[in-house]
Amino acid sequence: MNEGDALAQREIALVDLLDRLLAGGVVITGDLTLRIADVDLVRIDLNALVSSVSAEVPSPFAEFGFQHEHEHEHEESL
Amino acid sequence: MIDGQLLYVYAVTRPFTAALPSDVRALDGEPPALIEHRGLCAAVSRVPAAHFDAEPLRAHLEDLDWLAGVARNHQAVVSALATVSCPVPLRLATVCRDEDGVRRLLDSGSARFESAIERLDGRVEWGVKVYADSTVPERVEPAPEVTAATGREYLRRRLGQRQTRDRSWQRAGALSRALHADLCERAEAGRLHPPQSGRLSGASGENVLNAAYLVPRDHSDEFVAAVRDRTPQGEGVRVELTGPWAPYSFVGGPDGSPDSGPDVGQDVGPGRGRSEQEGS
Repeated sequence: MNEGDALAQREIALVDLLDRLLAGGVVITGDLTLRIADVDLVRIDLNALVSSVSAEVPSPFAEFGFQHEHEHEHEESL
Repeated sequence: MIDGQLLYVYAVTRPFTAALPSDVRALDGEPPALIEHRGLCAAVSRVPAAHFDAEPLRAHLEDLDWLAGVARNHQAVVSALATVSCPVPLRLATVCRDEDGVRRLLDSGSARFESAIERLDGRVEWGVKVYADSTVPERVEPAPEVTAATGREYLRRRLGQRQTRDRSWQRAGALSRALHADLCERAEAGRLHPPQSGRLSGASGENVLNAAYLVPRDHSDEFVAAVRDRTPQGEGVRVELTGPWAPYSFVGGPDGSPDSGPDVGQDVGPGRGRSEQEGS
């Protein structure tokens, strides 16, 4: 079995799947189809959901602030 | 609508004759149904309107377990289709009223589906993530005192922790830029997804790079080897590879142009992103 096959056997992380299924895939508009209209809202809701169950994390906002600074530096220089 | 049922559309392919893997089940517990129309084929299944009509769907999308079930099922169907054809995956929860609705979907998206199939046939997607792993010490620290004797000592220690974290970030950032540039050269296309929240992924460290690359299936082994070769060991930086995926991240923009994918992921802030595609 090559390395690619070995990877394929591993269980797919939900978060990797959602990156692709909520932000990828063809979006067809029109009143005949329903679709996820606002991906970012869904992501925010999920984040809220997950942080609401991790009450042991004392200060989520400080964490997010830190991460954001770096995200921006990173994205600009990329 | 038939008896409170809607049609969930997983992906669009060219019509194919080969048999799907026998164990694939769609959301209704049956093998996906195929609707052929004007040289295209939609893989669909019946779903209850009570769950998939606009209102209940919106509510369900905030239920992580429900979302996970649908997402895994969607992926399983797309992945089964990939064994016999070149599926162009649709966005999660694309639902039509009836078979005529599916045919209209195929008509209205015909040019995009055709160009996407042309461009993606024989390609797979690989995911590459880089983490700054600030918990990994760079060197062996002197044995830590049990408690900080003074306020100054406490602050010194905190500063040390922050510097370690900053160095780890800098390394991860530098590696990400170099790795992304190199992998874009090797791949037919690259796209950046927003970094993942550790709370959602459960992964340790902070996600700095979350990228996807479109690679010919035949070149996958070389691509995987290239990622492995560039993965540093024990430097507070971690690289993760996922795949092969169906090319979800590369289905293209409103005009199906090959380079419309990579730009979109550059916007990392909430409230931005796919707007140009949503309006198509």
